[in-house]
Amino acid sequence: MCLLTGAVELLLVFVALEISSISTYILAGYRKNTSRGPEAAIKYFLLGSFATGFLLYGVALIFGATGTTQIYEIARLAPIAQNHSFILAGLALMLVGILFKVSAAPFHVWTPDVYEGAPSPVVALLSTAPKAAAFALLLRVVYEMFPTLHGLWAPLLWIVAVLSMTVGNLAALRQQNVKRMLAYSAIAHAGYLLAAFAGQGNLGIAAASFYIAAYAAMNVGVFAVITLVSGYDEKLPMIDDYRGLIYRSPLLGSLLIFFLISLVGIPFTGGFFGKFYSFSAAVDGGAVALAIIGLLNSGLAAAYYLRLALAAAQQPENNNAETSALAPQVGIAVGAALLLAAGATLVLGIAPSEVLRGAEAGAHTLQAPPIDASTPAISVAQESKQ
Amino acid sequence: MNAINNSILTLILLLPLAGAVLVALAPDRGKLPNWITLATALAIFGLTLHLPAHFDKSASGFQFAVNVPWIDNPAIFYHVGVDGLSLWMVVLTGLLAPVGVLASWNAIAERRKIFFVLFLVQQTAMFGVFVSLDLMLYYGFWELSLVPMAILIAMYGRKDGPKAALKFFLFTFIPSAPLLVAILWLYSQTRSFDFTDIHNQIALGLIPAGPLCWVALAFLFAFAVKVPVFPLHGWLADTFSEAPVALAMVVAGKLGLYSMLRFHIGLFPVQARAAAPYLIALAVIGILYGACLALVQRDFWRLLAFAAVSHLSLIVLGIYGFTATGLAGAVYQILNHGVVDGALFVLLGVLYDRYSTSEIGVYGGVATKLPRTATLFVIAALAMIGLPMLGGFIGEFLILSSTFTGVSKGWAVAAAVGVILGAAYMLWLVQRLFYGPESKLALSKPPDDLHFRELAVLWPLAVLMLVMGLAPMLWLPAIETAFPRVQLVVRGPSTCLSLFSPQPHRQFQTKGRACGESSSRYLPHPSRGRSRPHRCCRHAHRRDPARRISAPIPDLDRSAGNHIGSVGQRAAALLASGYGVLRYRRDKRLHHLLSPPHLRHRSGNAPAVI
Repeated sequence: MCLLTGAVELLLVFVALEISSISTYILAGYRKNTSRGPEAAIKYFLLGSFATGFLLYGVALIFGATGTTQIYEIARLAPIAQNHSFILAGLALMLVGILFKVSAAPFHVWTPDVYEGAPSPVVALLSTAPKAAAFALLLRVVYEMFPTLHGLWAPLLWIVAVLSMTVGNLAALRQQNVKRMLAYSAIAHAGYLLAAFAGQGNLGIAAASFYIAAYAAMNVGVFAVITLVSGYDEKLPMIDDYRGLIYRSPLLGSLLIFFLISLVGIPFTGGFFGKFYSFSAAVDGGAVALAIIGLLNSGLAAAYYLRLALAAAQQPENNNAETSALAPQVGIAVGAALLLAAGATLVLGIAPSEVLRGAEAGAHTLQAPPIDASTPAISVAQESKQ
Repeated sequence: MNAINNSILTLILLLPLAGAVLVALAPDRGKLPNWITLATALAIFGLTLHLPAHFDKSASGFQFAVNVPWIDNPAIFYHVGVDGLSLWMVVLTGLLAPVGVLASWNAIAERRKIFFVLFLVQQTAMFGVFVSLDLMLYYGFWELSLVPMAILIAMYGRKDGPKAALKFFLFTFIPSAPLLVAILWLYSQTRSFDFTDIHNQIALGLIPAGPLCWVALAFLFAFAVKVPVFPLHGWLADTFSEAPVALAMVVAGKLGLYSMLRFHIGLFPVQARAAAPYLIALAVIGILYGACLALVQRDFWRLLAFAAVSHLSLIVLGIYGFTATGLAGAVYQILNHGVVDGALFVLLGVLYDRYSTSEIGVYGGVATKLPRTATLFVIAALAMIGLPMLGGFIGEFLILSSTFTGVSKGWAVAAAVGVILGAAYMLWLVQRLFYGPESKLALSKPPDDLHFRELAVLWPLAVLMLVMGLAPMLWLPAIETAFPRVQLVVRGPSTCLSLFSPQPHRQFQTKGRACGESSSRYLPHPSRGRSRPHRCCRHAHRRDPARRISAPIPDLDRSAGNHIGSVGQRAAALLASGYGVLRYRRDKRLHHLLSPPHLRHRSGNAPAVI
């Protein structure tokens, strides 16, 4: 994945994407003696390889049009290439492949099943690291490779953003299973993130990078709590099973509520500034309608996040002895991960300047490509994820 | 002393958080969390009392201001300060903090730590809303104030906590989405989140008028839900009946009404005027509707909720009447309502604590068992009704009289009917709860009247109601320092009139006294007499066909003391020191009046950049 974020050569991009994909396919089916694990892995594998096929086909078309797979070369040659339709088709196919990876609607159908079937720690990784890498790739493709085609991909991403948020949130409202709910919410978050692409230049890139960092921190936190609460066998996957968590384990309950509040986007958390930068980039880029749709969507999202948070805060039912007896134990490793995630979420919410400055430095390198394309923007995202 | 004045607001904001950390780290043994929280709350109250003691009543504008950069891109500043409007809000919040702690002393039996931590976070959020002068900072605290409330309603709800909590949260969270977009849009136009910067730019007409109407509407909508104004009150009854007493008493009214005064009327005076007729109508409907519904409630929490709708609507009426008296009365009534509502909540909480039911029908004859409770309840109820010599009278009288003289006799009469209905439901409630034959419920439990702890909370509140009724001048002078600003900006350039008003000029005919007063104080030519600036402002708008000027935006530098001193003074100074000259140079007489002496003899082509 680090290779993917740093690659400036399309074939290398493809190889990196395949390496990261294959390892995540295997990880998704890690619990092979349950019925859902292999199902998730196979579904993910089939759809995923289909999507990488699209990506490869796009790369091939672009190579056909420009005769190179170097991203900066392509950026130089694309406006003057003769086979303009090849480039357009190549861009569209590459977008399909990448949008599948970031689970944006309408390429999202794999997400809920994979999230539900894969073990929680794997989902924590799955929902952040490959996604961050794929977004980095998307940034590279649209801003670096085809800045001249802005008029073409911007409306496309606008539609995908609105579709992702709305579909994700509406579907998440109906879920009873926590992991499925978070899967749909991940689709919605991909939508919020894509809203940043409506912004112009540096602002949009910095906003997107910041959002990835914030999202990684809080999502890892949520899944760490889920891992602890539902246990290895994941016998307690429903929202009702979280009822009274704060009474069973005040620490876990408070942390869960904190991460969920960040996902809702309440100020002084990373989630707020993520949304804030993303939508202010959109407003700045003139997409006021997108920002309004996005923020109303985040109001909708508050409904299901809060359902879980409030269930955790509610008094436990007395007759349900089985769940109330289970007080999850926090091990050192998971505890450290939790604290790190909580700390990162809080720091991103109180002092976002530092991270944003890094993101902007990265944005500058993307805007004016230097010889060696180091991307501090992405390394920020990577840092907070680990 | 200067160092204290500079850091006092920061201390007030941080102390609750420090208390929360302390509660979280301390062991949950006995009443330890309660004592820590009580000590913190008393310390906070002591700190807030520093503000009125050192508040300069002769100067208007923001005092105790702190303005340091927080986030450099976008430019968010940690900018806090209080003026006559927010001063008393801060003190009221400080006063209600120990009241809330003592009211939940025994009522909160389990998970005390979480309760008190969230209670203290809530205090920080409330203080933050009142003192923030940076729109993003304000928005942050505004949203933050929702979270502890929602969690605590879910945790301690009497019947169906999570449902009420979700309702409360969504009702107030969703309208703040347009609010955030509006703030971002303002930022994209002004490159600033600073209240005074944005205020000045709007007052000078530098912002496109069409979108500005929508921005003002987004602000208004978010605040109206929070107050709540008539058709948006759906969340209040459930929240009142589910929330713990300590939080229910702070949730309604203050935040929304303060925000209306500061950020709706303060930032968008012209648009607020255009919206005023609708809001006055909604307010009067709210007064009558709330009172009628309060008459038929069977549950006393719900009765209190609809009574609150009625009383808060009266305050909205005072605000949007746009008279100096009405505004002062509205602020006074916010304070009074905070105190009275707090006392009523504590008293009803006592009843609920003793008898475990909130159904009015099963009470009756409790007065013989709990005489002290009954006495204090009657005092609070009378203060709520607006009996002369108690706090409610002053505010209601100011609002109703200003509505009668300044807005419309019909609305005033309708609102007065609502006040009479208010007396009806409150007195009937007192009668049903405390008097009449002793009910089974009253006989079923041994009498357990107010303890020392509860008396220690309630008597000071009762005395305060009396003092607020007898000596309003302790409060009003400081409140009034906030209003020349409102009056002044109301006469600012028109940007939005064509969309709402068929007769633009009428918008600027402020009530003579207030206008003369403010202009003589704030325009730089006090010797010019009272009526002339007033007339000239009207001329200016008649003579200025181009509603918007295409000159470069003056660089309103954040440094060099630009943030200290009143908005009005600065708007006037801006107007006078060249920018206004450019803008109004066609009107020679106005130019003569508004430009400072050293510019007066020039041609009037002074540079626009200040």
